[in-house]
Amino acid sequence: MAGWLVRRLVQAGFVMLAMSAIVFVGLHAIGNPVDILISPDADQAERARAIAALGLDKPLWEQYFFFLRGAVQGDLGRSFVFNEPALKLILGRMPATLELAVTAVIMSVLVGLPLGLFAGLYPNSIAGRTVMAGSIMGFSLPGFWVGLMLIMVFAVTLGWLPSSGRGTTAELFGVQWSFLTRDGLRHLLMPALNLSLFNISLVLRLARAGVRETMPLDYIRFARAKGLSPRRVVFVHVLRNILIPVVTVVGLELGSTIAFSVVTESVFAWPGMGKLIIDSINVLDRPVIVAYLMIVVALFVTINLVVDLLYTVLDPRVRLGGRA
Amino acid sequence: MSDVPTLELRDLNTVFDTRAGVLRAVDGVTLSVGRGEVLGLVGESGSGKSVTGFSIIGLIDPPGRIASGRIRFQGRELVGLAEPELRRLRGRHIAMIFQDPMMTLNPVLRIDTQMMETIQAHERVSGAEARSRSRDALGQVGIPSPDERLSAYPHQFSGGMRQRVAIAIALLHNPALIVADEPTTALDVTIQAQILAVVQKLASERGTSLLWITHDLSVVAGLADRVAVMYAGRIVESGAVDAVLDNPMHHYTRGLIGSVPSRNRRGHKLLQIPGMTPSPLDRPAGCAFRTRCAAADAACETEPALTRPEPGRELRCFHPAHGAVAA
Amino acid sequence: MEQSPARRVLSDFAANKVALAALVVIAVIVLLALAASLIAPQNPYDLAQLDIMDGRLPPGSASADGLTFWLGTDDQGRDMLSGILYGLRISLAVGAGSAIVAGIIGTALGLSAAYAGGRIEAAIMRLVDLQLSFPAILVALMILAFLGKGVVNVMLALVIVEWASYARTARSAALSERAREYIEAAECLALPRWRVVFRHLLPNCLPPLIVIGTIQVARAIALEATLSFLGLGVPITEPSLGLLIANGYQYMLSGKYWISFYPGIALLVTIMAINLVGDQLRDVLNPRLQR
Repeated sequence: MAGWLVRRLVQAGFVMLAMSAIVFVGLHAIGNPVDILISPDADQAERARAIAALGLDKPLWEQYFFFLRGAVQGDLGRSFVFNEPALKLILGRMPATLELAVTAVIMSVLVGLPLGLFAGLYPNSIAGRTVMAGSIMGFSLPGFWVGLMLIMVFAVTLGWLPSSGRGTTAELFGVQWSFLTRDGLRHLLMPALNLSLFNISLVLRLARAGVRETMPLDYIRFARAKGLSPRRVVFVHVLRNILIPVVTVVGLELGSTIAFSVVTESVFAWPGMGKLIIDSINVLDRPVIVAYLMIVVALFVTINLVVDLLYTVLDPRVRLGGRA
Repeated sequence: MSDVPTLELRDLNTVFDTRAGVLRAVDGVTLSVGRGEVLGLVGESGSGKSVTGFSIIGLIDPPGRIASGRIRFQGRELVGLAEPELRRLRGRHIAMIFQDPMMTLNPVLRIDTQMMETIQAHERVSGAEARSRSRDALGQVGIPSPDERLSAYPHQFSGGMRQRVAIAIALLHNPALIVADEPTTALDVTIQAQILAVVQKLASERGTSLLWITHDLSVVAGLADRVAVMYAGRIVESGAVDAVLDNPMHHYTRGLIGSVPSRNRRGHKLLQIPGMTPSPLDRPAGCAFRTRCAAADAACETEPALTRPEPGRELRCFHPAHGAVAA
Repeated sequence: MEQSPARRVLSDFAANKVALAALVVIAVIVLLALAASLIAPQNPYDLAQLDIMDGRLPPGSASADGLTFWLGTDDQGRDMLSGILYGLRISLAVGAGSAIVAGIIGTALGLSAAYAGGRIEAAIMRLVDLQLSFPAILVALMILAFLGKGVVNVMLALVIVEWASYARTARSAALSERAREYIEAAECLALPRWRVVFRHLLPNCLPPLIVIGTIQVARAIALEATLSFLGLGVPITEPSLGLLIANGYQYMLSGKYWISFYPGIALLVTIMAINLVGDQLRDVLNPRLQR
């Protein structure tokens, strides 16, 4: 187990290194990094100072080393717009995004799993077929458009929910959170639903397929032959088995969900990392873009690692290193 | 009371509604198992013997259904019984053991969970008591250090050990009847013998009736009191195990016995039954075996009636054979 | 009766009425997009035809010169129906174009990986894994952040996002085909390598690639729309469906739903029809499900 963990950590380190190299080379391949990394408004003296400070007069490999060293020390450059360290800026927006993404993922399980179980247990019923047809919609609907329609219906027409922002937040562990207040929750509901739509369909389909695969298996028949109630058969014997793929996929999807929150945050003016990155792209605040990329890569690598760990906890066959 | 058989099937028909038509998997089966009796139900795969087993325990899922007939358990009619009633019988009074021990235990649940839930599904007992009864049951089927093994997962057991666990689960409530669906087929021969010995001992100690479904005549020879031979959804011959094996009257039974390799017949050519089991959608009218039977003639095109050629024996054949299968 | 494989695929496909309907819908959409300049009531790019006085009219309104705006107008007084028809053309062109280019590149790399083996294969597949471990939107966002917007850049981003799926599919299909005897036979005949790959290997790897390709077109269209909505996609002079929707965003809050609503419906119908066809193709072409 320890050896496995070390191997995975080393692997994760390599991915980080590779991505940093790609970003770095990408920056250089596209244009003069001086233009990219230094504000166009800077005067000549400032440019010269920045070039020296960033080591842009050094050979490429040395510059990369320089960039890496900065990254390791948490220095990913300064935002031109906010004139703040890019890393600090992004980390400041991260809780809002994480809050949105995690809520969306939880929602996708809470909605998708029961619907999937139902569709799997009654595949030929009208309700079961409707659920499946709905999941095709969930895959096909463009997320940003659904967001607009949600605003249209629930904010503009019905006036039930606010259309933008985080609402009132409350502090926990030194960070502001929306989910702690009633107003914040009202603000969170629509964006989270919007973001979870794709994942709801995904979880639903996985759960349905899992149920359909598991139900005819001998151990489910055996469980029924033991006289267990249908509820116990479904919620213990079937559910435990389909939880493994569902948790894996949902965990892996957390990364994509964070990435896709870019869209949702733009639609609902949710002040998270995604909104920041779009704003930064629009004003060419490139240090923030680079920093965002590095942080998201780190996030991804971490999520993949955690999912693998969770997987071993859920599946006893994996936990003990294969079949006995 | 004692003359009421534990299990009595009368003219049972279990069918599957498929797109290609109605598939008659079990076609008018009549049999009975007395208290403490072991009945071997023998047939090829596809003969409907497993479906018979699942019909008894009420686990025929759509598109399958019991179309007609009677299943009496200790005198009580099971056909048409509501699902909650059936569930109370299942696992408690009628237990089942499955063919592939690698598949019968849920891979993601611990052994203690899977045993204790069986007890607690039928009795209101504390977790501690359920656990100690589970441990005792594991000990009885010969699993060493049952205390430790309780908190293990199925994949940590060998196939034989898993089947012992399944048997322990089946025996938890001292059922009156165990339906065993080829429980030794997937095991090594030596393990097979051990499992047979365990079941035989425990069943006879407790007076449990056994319906032992198998395609293996040698298992039946050592275990069963009586044997029923099934072909294409029907019972073609039944009787005391020695009588049937020593003097098989149905040509299908003779074919089955002849195709078992034996040490005494070394050097002889093994007999084969020509042809294949007919598709259950397209069975020949009359005797279903006639297309493969050397003795068949025009008479066989009508359904042979059930006859009693000897006391305690039943047969469906117009041209019964006599004597042992040529050695 | 022996059926030719193509025949069987066609008849299997037609067995699903929903998929067949979806195919018809796609055909209609493509025709509408191709004939946009002929059938659209207005050329939405010709500023001379637009009248700012017609701006933000609800569906069914008539313009000053008698033209009826069946789907309303946007803030520039542009007929939404015309805008959608022209927008469809751009969305389809970008989606299908990038899917084809990505398909060619990805398939070539995947086949090379399968055929070359060793280090080349390891290198290509590592790249594929790396690419696929990051969500498409993120990769596209980064590329456009560095390159800037524009149709060509969007297509480039889509190609970079999509090639890896083709490469993976092509490689696994090629590996299983390679093990078959006909390839061995072709190799024994000492046919040139390119001939074995392109004449023997490729045609037999096509079914899974077609399935992936169909779904990738839908994904590309959706992604292009999303990028354009975020203001990173096509320029304002060539509005795709995504950009039309984005333009309506600010008017949404005052209840003028149609500017965003109708282009969204067009987008949804297009994507869903392609997905339904892709689903059915997967069922029909999947050799594991045959018989």
